[in-house]
Amino acid sequence: MAGWSTQKGHALALAIDNIDTDQLIPARFMSVPRSEGYGRYLLHDMRRDDDEQLKADFPLNRHEGISILVAGHNFGSGSSREAAVYALVDAGIRAVIAPSFGDIFANNAINNGLLPARVDAEKVTQLQHALKDAPVLASIDLTENRLTIGDITATFELDEGWRVKLINGWDDIDLTQQHTQAINAHRDNRNRAAPWAWPNKPD
Amino acid sequence: MSAPRTMLDKLWASHEVLRREDGVSLLWVDRHFVHEGSHHAFAKLAERGLPVAEPGLTFAVADHYAPTRDRTRIADPKIARMIETLRNNASHHNLRIFDLSDPSQGIVHVIGPELGLTLPGLLINCGDSHTSTHGAFGALAFGIGATEVAHVLATQTVWQRKPKAMRINVEGRLGFGVTAKDIALNWIGQLGSGGAQGHAIEYGGQTIRDLSMEGRMTLCNLSIEGGARFGMVAPDEVTLAYLKGREYAPSGADLKSAQKAWRGLITDEGAVFDREVTLSATDIAPTVTWGTSPEQALPITASIPSPDPTDPAKSNSVREALDYMALRPGQPLDGIPVDQVFIGSCTNGRIEDLREAALVLSGRRARVPGLVAPGSARVKAQAEAEGLDRIFQDAGLEWAASGCSMCVGMNGDVVAEGKRCASSTNRNFRGRQGRGARTHLMSPAMVAAAAVTGTITDVRPLLQGRAA
Ligand code: SF4
Repeated sequence: MAGWSTQKGHALALAIDNIDTDQLIPARFMSVPRSEGYGRYLLHDMRRDDDEQLKADFPLNRHEGISILVAGHNFGSGSSREAAVYALVDAGIRAVIAPSFGDIFANNAINNGLLPARVDAEKVTQLQHALKDAPVLASIDLTENRLTIGDITATFELDEGWRVKLINGWDDIDLTQQHTQAINAHRDNRNRAAPWAWPNKPD
Repeated sequence: MSAPRTMLDKLWASHEVLRREDGVSLLWVDRHFVHEGSHHAFAKLAERGLPVAEPGLTFAVADHYAPTRDRTRIADPKIARMIETLRNNASHHNLRIFDLSDPSQGIVHVIGPELGLTLPGLLINCGDSHTSTHGAFGALAFGIGATEVAHVLATQTVWQRKPKAMRINVEGRLGFGVTAKDIALNWIGQLGSGGAQGHAIEYGGQTIRDLSMEGRMTLCNLSIEGGARFGMVAPDEVTLAYLKGREYAPSGADLKSAQKAWRGLITDEGAVFDREVTLSATDIAPTVTWGTSPEQALPITASIPSPDPTDPAKSNSVREALDYMALRPGQPLDGIPVDQVFIGSCTNGRIEDLREAALVLSGRRARVPGLVAPGSARVKAQAEAEGLDRIFQDAGLEWAASGCSMCVGMNGDVVAEGKRCASSTNRNFRGRQGRGARTHLMSPAMVAAAAVTGTITDVRPLLQGRAA
């Protein structure tokens, strides 16, 4: 995964609280292999009518080339399905700005190069007002935890470990494999101290 | 003397391999459960040509896509392929799989405890947010995404920043007809669906100690709906008794040392929590959700709220929820007609849940159709041995095989568009049970009451003379 420090693109407001993972991608699409792309399933049931046609009044359907979303509270709450992040990323979204995020969603986002930027609620409302329903050019700077949308600038909160990971595009498995010795030592110690932690073999 | 520690501190310390400069810990994983939805993770592993590090600590189960009718011939090729992929991955990596025909098959969070794979003191991961269920035993259990599942498969470890410690104390005796589900919906209703974000919850107090393991699992299961990835209850005699004789649980000399270790897990006197909340059990009534988030929950005696004009953001989401749910402000919850009912899921698909529902349904007829999907094949067998299946069927409900079923609809068991379902599950999100489906969450006894009357209703009168 490629890392990134700055991002420029069009931001759009999606002023809805509690956009959960079941809305980001309904469960029925999750058996598709990733290689087929998940972008068309993003917010599927909000965006499309019963005949699969895009609804004209949904903000995301009216504008192309959006890469930053300004959303409401508790974005990505719910299930651990990483497919919710795949749907965003495959639809071209690079950052979501919201007052709060579901914990597992935020973790998954980082693992796929998507920024979950936490901005205080008042500022988010201000940004949403500024955006109304037309996209505005925005920029994000990870090195300074700062974003600019139109003429509004805001700082965002991001776990320091996550920030470094996003910038470097690090993959955890590579990172962890440097610690194989420590892991093995931990396992052996645990096996001595707590043999009960290993499953009894019934058969 | 060292400083007093919380159960979270103790569990964290015994699993921490190392801590990075930025404060993130690498933790050893004792148990890892995978299911059909883990296909993305296995694909990542295959891309890198990596083996599973500890196949003996990894267990596979077919549950999310498990058909609840006719399992021998799966009609939908997509579903058949999902299960086949899990089989292939399990056999390729030499994992024990609980397949559709296995007498121990069931929902991952039901069978883990049932088999004694879930124990106090363990760290348990699964690519499913309701992994918090296993915390009921005094374990560090949390849901992870596909990239992390691949990481656990490859390294048997997980990177995690230690959450803040929160304690929810519940004191006093639960009222007649009030269950663990009501405690959960009550606190989530008060604190909000993001109310415990960033925290690991330990549930304490006399009410919690009085709960069975089933009740504790229901409570820990729903922790995620309040924003917490972890929900825990300290192990006690109830926990130890539950685990006795379970096939994967320790026995003999190992059991002795295990029990000693488990008893030592409890939070020390004087340990400090970042946050404490105390609830009184007597204030809790049977609770139902009216909206599209678990926080939109109220006692059955309440009415549908009106959007609050002084809080524009909140009033917007109330309006949207009411619109989706086709409800009016001021309408009493009691009496809202339902189209169907569902009893099952990892929240309320255990034997005790089925008993509670059967107690209400016994000798009565359901006015609306409904489905009962036991949480596991063992729960199913046990229920049949007790004659509960007859009670459900005599009432007119369908008795099916075990799996996630209508909780998430992946196996094809869905609520039709615009239909209203009284459900013992965990998420009333838009479209969760099927596109356009309207879900009301409640306890299994309350679902049974809804079946009998055809409306959302207070179960307590229906339990008169039937329950202690
Ligand atoms: S029953 Fe529902 S919540 Fe539980 S594991 Fe299955 S899909 Fe997830």
